[in-house]
Amino acid sequence: MNKKAIFFLSTILGATFAQNGNAAYELNLRAPHSEIAHQIYDLHMLIVYVCLAIMVVVFGVMFYSIYKHRKSVGHEASQFHEHHLLEVVWTIIPAVILIAMAVPATKTILAMKDTSAADMTVKVTGLQWKWEYDYIGKDVKFISNLATTQDQIHGKSEKGENYLLEVDNPMVVPVGKKVRVLLTANDVIHSWSMPSFGVKQDAIPGFIKETWFRADAPGTYRGQCSELCGQAHGFMPIVVEAVSEEKYAAWIETKKAEAAAGAAGSDKEWTKEDLIANGKTVYEKNCAVCHQANGAGLPPAFPAMTGSKVALGAMWGADGKYLKDSHVDRLLNGKGVMPAWKAQLNDVEIASVITYERQALGNAATVDPIVQPSQIKAAR
Amino acid sequence: MSQSTKSYFLPGPSFWPLIASISLFLLAGGFSMSLNKIAMGTPLMVAGGIALAYLLFGWFKEVIEESVSKHYNKQVDKSFRWGMGFFIFSEVMFFFGFFGALFYARNVSLPWLADAHGLTGAHAVWQNFSAAWPTAGPSLKLEGAMKPWGLPAINTLLLLTSGVTLTWAHWGLMKNKRNQIIIGLALTIALGAAFMYLQYTEYAEAAFTIKSGIYGATFYMLTGFHGLHVTMGTIMLAIILFRVLKGHFDSHDHFGFEAVAWYWHFVDVVWLFLFIFVYWL
Amino acid sequence: MSSTTTTHDAHGHDDHGHPTGLMRWVKSTNHKDIGTMYLWFSFTMFLFAGALAMGIRAELFQPGLQFIKPEVFNQLTTLHGLIMIFGAIMPAFVGFANWQVPLMIGAPDMAFPRLNNMSFWLLIPAAILLLASFFVPGGAAAGGWTMYPPLSVQGGMSVDMSIFALHILGVSSIVGSINIITTIFNMRAPGMTLMKMPMFVWTWLITAYLLIAAMPVLAGALTMLITDRHFGTHFFNAAGGGDPVLFQHVFWFFGHPEVYIMILPAFGILSTIIPTFARKPLFGYASMVYATAAIAVLSFVVWAHHMFTTGMPVAGQLFFMYSTMLISVPTGVKVFNWLATMWKGSMTFETPMLFSVAVVFLFTIGGFSGLVCAILPVDIQLQDTYYVVAHFHYVLFSGAAMSIMGGVYYWIPKWTGHMYDETLGKWHFWLTTIAFNVTFFPMHFTGLAGMPRRIPDYSQQFAEFNMISSLGAFALGLSQLLFLYVVIKCIRGGAKATNQVWDGAQGLEWTVASPAPFHTFETPPQVK
Repeated sequence: MNKKAIFFLSTILGATFAQNGNAAYELNLRAPHSEIAHQIYDLHMLIVYVCLAIMVVVFGVMFYSIYKHRKSVGHEASQFHEHHLLEVVWTIIPAVILIAMAVPATKTILAMKDTSAADMTVKVTGLQWKWEYDYIGKDVKFISNLATTQDQIHGKSEKGENYLLEVDNPMVVPVGKKVRVLLTANDVIHSWSMPSFGVKQDAIPGFIKETWFRADAPGTYRGQCSELCGQAHGFMPIVVEAVSEEKYAAWIETKKAEAAAGAAGSDKEWTKEDLIANGKTVYEKNCAVCHQANGAGLPPAFPAMTGSKVALGAMWGADGKYLKDSHVDRLLNGKGVMPAWKAQLNDVEIASVITYERQALGNAATVDPIVQPSQIKAAR
Repeated sequence: MSQSTKSYFLPGPSFWPLIASISLFLLAGGFSMSLNKIAMGTPLMVAGGIALAYLLFGWFKEVIEESVSKHYNKQVDKSFRWGMGFFIFSEVMFFFGFFGALFYARNVSLPWLADAHGLTGAHAVWQNFSAAWPTAGPSLKLEGAMKPWGLPAINTLLLLTSGVTLTWAHWGLMKNKRNQIIIGLALTIALGAAFMYLQYTEYAEAAFTIKSGIYGATFYMLTGFHGLHVTMGTIMLAIILFRVLKGHFDSHDHFGFEAVAWYWHFVDVVWLFLFIFVYWL
Repeated sequence: MSSTTTTHDAHGHDDHGHPTGLMRWVKSTNHKDIGTMYLWFSFTMFLFAGALAMGIRAELFQPGLQFIKPEVFNQLTTLHGLIMIFGAIMPAFVGFANWQVPLMIGAPDMAFPRLNNMSFWLLIPAAILLLASFFVPGGAAAGGWTMYPPLSVQGGMSVDMSIFALHILGVSSIVGSINIITTIFNMRAPGMTLMKMPMFVWTWLITAYLLIAAMPVLAGALTMLITDRHFGTHFFNAAGGGDPVLFQHVFWFFGHPEVYIMILPAFGILSTIIPTFARKPLFGYASMVYATAAIAVLSFVVWAHHMFTTGMPVAGQLFFMYSTMLISVPTGVKVFNWLATMWKGSMTFETPMLFSVAVVFLFTIGGFSGLVCAILPVDIQLQDTYYVVAHFHYVLFSGAAMSIMGGVYYWIPKWTGHMYDETLGKWHFWLTTIAFNVTFFPMHFTGLAGMPRRIPDYSQQFAEFNMISSLGAFALGLSQLLFLYVVIKCIRGGAKATNQVWDGAQGLEWTVASPAPFHTFETPPQVK
């Protein structure tokens, strides 16, 4: 009877395998690319082998007994039910094995915790649902968002090679340098995880926690948020690019130039069309996950943009300051689950996305139809 | 219900468990609604409260009647003792959770919160926060933390005295001295009421609220739950006094009295911990 | 041992007649009826929470979002966890305790029959609150069964409903445990000393202690959560000097004993079934008792191993790693004792024994993956990945749930008076065991490769294993309908069960008639 069951299942499984013929069945931890990750890898293999050996011995005994000591083969039950020496032995042997495992584990823990003598420090902040990287002492700060398109996620276009594991702005670090990571979060708990470096550290809002890594080879390394942080928890990957020191220095300069260009845009007068076009990009990157790409929202938690009183109402008071609970106020300061964006988006981005929300997504605001970056700069 | 006292008393079918179920459902459902501003919530909660009061009154009345008509043998009495003992143990663990939170906040999380890991200026999470207790945390202000040697010390004295008067009443019960029982119990109830009045005064005069950060939260949660227990204890003592007046107890058979006394002593001991860890240290 | 199969009671409590129909159950003060209600409640919740799991596996069948929105996915995982733990596994064990503890110790009933019924009837409002939470604005709680703040502070009304449901379940568990402890300490038949008690009774005694110590702490944590949500406290908010990690400490101080609450009675069931079908006394009874007690004590000092990635100081990390590793010693002793019980026995493999042997084997796999997770540096890689999902399903499904199934097959002849259909029972066993492994074994691999848990969509490298897991899960779900059929068939009829039922079975419960009469042991039996 069970043979039938096995046959049935193997047929289904066979079909599964055939369907994904050239797939890679990853069976182990990812290839380690830091000293700590190497230690963890070896520690894991050691434990697995010890456990397998114990399994073979213990269950060898059990299956032998099942085979031999059956009533159907005429085995008579003996009635022993105590053996003190045996009990002592099988208490002590596991204890000794455990001590043997604890020694290397302790060494690795001490090494993991040692964040001293770091070459550089990056403060990483988890936000719903993206990461912010702040290079301490370098004046470089940026947000890293998921780069996979909504079309791929909803099966409307072919999924890419790094589906859900790609970002617009990766964290870039020099190879061979000890990077100290300071983790915190803005809203809920997130967890910054980079398996290739043996790093996983929760980001606790209001607290700073430390960890460190040293990439041993150039490359692109990928991880994902590893603490449930709300609906888009599965959509906030972490990408670290380890590059040579020269490339790293050049990258720092590029980032600084980008930030300067962004700030320069604040003083320029923008056209409505440019604001809307730019706003669409900002909206889809930052807002669509809750308010949806078409502006329908997910009520009651995330209100619709289309027809929203906030997006259609007046923004500026008679004194030239923004009104409380106006569109500008909501973007800059947030409310409840809506985060404050003033620290994450620059003036151009905020002005663009506000204009986009007022003039697209089915809206056509007549009161304060657009807003200029210079107005946002003044309002901060 | 004519169980002979030789064997263990097993009650017949009872409606009380269902009433318990309904009353807690109304309370929990109603509370969920009223917390989320649904108008139906409050009436449901009131209905649940009435059902709960009816349940407690009715069920205890039934048990007291069974006890008075001598349905309970020694073994049943022992069951009640085990049951009450473990109930108090569960209460101890409830307070243990809150004391644990207080301990953790003061000794573990606040020092962490104050550690900026060398971050300054715009990079820092909090500006200039130091972990001195009492505190309302980095972004709130705490006004007027409690001092131990005023009302709280008097309250300690009141509760300790009430433990003595209750024990004195118990001695009276064991020696069948009716006046001693009544005076002892009445004094205990008066001391409990005085404690609650002073506690109320303290709350009314406090400059901080339950919203005043971790200090306000732990202070009001711990003293509030303790106050709730004192209130329940006082009501239970009043019922026991009423039962004494009705002549329900004799010098051998009075577990109802003892159970309430155990409970009262437990509430006393919790207060001592509160006095030391919440007010004093 | 005297035979005490009295079926009538001339002088006792039922001379006013027992209510029939619905009122028999609503007003019941009979441990057998209440046990039956617990078991049916548990089975219903098991099927419901299982259906939620089917939804999860359907969405994870392929990469991409197909059927449900991510927010709904989180609701499914949250409620699957809460209902399986508090609605299915725990009530099933209480059902066993209700049926078996008085029968095993020769007591006429539980110590507090009315409170016993209240413990059961409190489950109903809690279940209604949990199920109804799907239909309130915003849907059910979506912050995971662990309800970590600040995420759970963001949630809507359903979070409040879930919290109150857990409060009520806590009251039910505490009252139930007080009842069980009192019954065991105060209602044993003359001659039944503590060290003569059946192992199942011992494991439940220790479990009841764990419940009374752990559930109030959960109540405290949930109360702090409610006040943080609605009354402006800052227990878990750094702005007011609180700490989100504080919740995790308090929660897991309850949560880890909770894990043993769900496995110790399963150990008790195994320790009852294996000697019966090996036709040999339990090996190392005393060491089993001490090992159970040791596990219980240790369970209160290992909680932070659920929090290795929160960034505890190194001293804390080392302490919790060492204490966690230590737990494998008494657990190992138990497994060795079961093997020694089987050794040189005269074994037969009816369905209960099949389940028990499978549990010993599969639980040990779960134990080893637990040891792997206990090694802190390795746990850093595995925390919050599918490896953990595999680990706790190996201990909770193949440990707890399959023990429950084995226990049902073992005692159902005593409960119904009929033998179950052995062929169908074996079918159920093999289907469950195979489907279970197909579902959960591949999760070790996806977890090692770094697939986070609680995500509705995943990268393409995990596609094959997830598809296998989903197929296994659907088979596992369907197999349980067969279980339902076998149970109903057994209740409605079948070969007449003898009093002894199993020729190797020992203990007082086998001295009463099958089905066990409404009242048993009204005159306490003498235990030699």
